[in-house]
Amino acid sequence: MITVSSLLDDHWYERYKKISRLNIRSSIYDVTDHCNLRCKGCFFFSSGEHEVASEEKDVSKWHAFVEKEMARGVNLAILIGGEPSLCLDRIEAFYKRLPTFCATNGLIKVPRDRFPDLMVGLSLWGDAEDEKILRGKDTFRISSANYEGDRHAYYLYTITPKQLGKTEKIIRKIADVGLKVHMQLLSNDEGVDGFSWQADELVAIRAEMDDILDQYPRTVISSKYYHQIITTGQMLGRKFGWMECPSVTEPIDKREPRPKRLTNFIRWASDLQTMHRCCTSETRDCSTCKDGAAHMSWVMVNKRAHIATTRDLQNWIEIYEMFAKLYQFIPW
Amino acid sequence: MNNDINQTITRVAEIIINELKLEDVTPGTFDADLDLVDEVGIDSMDLATIALVLRDEHGIRIDEDDYPKLTTVRIIAEYIDNKLTIGE
Repeated sequence: MITVSSLLDDHWYERYKKISRLNIRSSIYDVTDHCNLRCKGCFFFSSGEHEVASEEKDVSKWHAFVEKEMARGVNLAILIGGEPSLCLDRIEAFYKRLPTFCATNGLIKVPRDRFPDLMVGLSLWGDAEDEKILRGKDTFRISSANYEGDRHAYYLYTITPKQLGKTEKIIRKIADVGLKVHMQLLSNDEGVDGFSWQADELVAIRAEMDDILDQYPRTVISSKYYHQIITTGQMLGRKFGWMECPSVTEPIDKREPRPKRLTNFIRWASDLQTMHRCCTSETRDCSTCKDGAAHMSWVMVNKRAHIATTRDLQNWIEIYEMFAKLYQFIPW
Repeated sequence: MNNDINQTITRVAEIIINELKLEDVTPGTFDADLDLVDEVGIDSMDLATIALVLRDEHGIRIDEDDYPKLTTVRIIAEYIDNKLTIGE
């Protein structure tokens, strides 16, 4: 029988033991149906999820709801929207009780006197030109001013095909404002012309992401295995898709055979009653989904499959560490 | 008592080998004191699967809060025997 220690030297084995018992149990929460931007390709609006439920406005119900979520075993709340920073009282209901991550466009600064160590993920969709096309404005100019040097914030850089050859410039800008960055790829849910990935572009962007990680190891939170998975949609000879995705809401997951999946995962709508199908758009084609967290989780829940060779297990460790850093379970 | 616990150890090892599709090991050669997380690499979902088999076989419920304590085959076997003794 292959054991973990038989595959790893002391350094890697110590790294493994630091994450092996973290037992992260996340769920995702739509905090509001409103946003101060209307981005082309935002799955929340393009798939009509903002109209599925009417948001709960009584903040006491949010507090009671979070208590129930904790009783269900959730130990990481991932807040999305709409734009969560429009509803700070709702964020606080989570933040007061459990590790909380807030995805935001960064146009409104989350007040640090009220949320000193809330992990903030700042969405960024490319350079100023792409941002204006897709989001109507250059958000980096504002978000970087709001969060410069913030130890509990990082950029979530969604790379588009138009960014090929230009990503280094953006990473340098992020490094210059003293922030870190995690990269993922645009899924182009609204089919904006020129923003869907072609096979040769995916090969090229993988090489570019690898180069950037080598150049900016202190700024970029990533791993080359993650770049491989997200650009090829393949892991250990298996293809990502509906029958493999780990991030399907558990109570409505009727898949057979049941894949390895996130335990107790639910994505809740902002009425606190409606469940969405998965961590992203219900209308998205799973075979072309590029959701970064779903692909990271895909690797993470398939640990045993990676206990085959030293390289496989090291790849698994790097991705788990990356996830744990992004959600503050281990330090940067 | 020793005979009983050894039988339970062998059965737990057999379940783990079957459910995790472990190769090159038998219930007789499985080290009952091997750390299941640090060495075999099982996770909470694996444990949940094993717990379901044990529930069906012995009619005992393994509380999810107890998962972190169940770190070896021997400890799981003792946990089962203890539950059966107190008649849960």
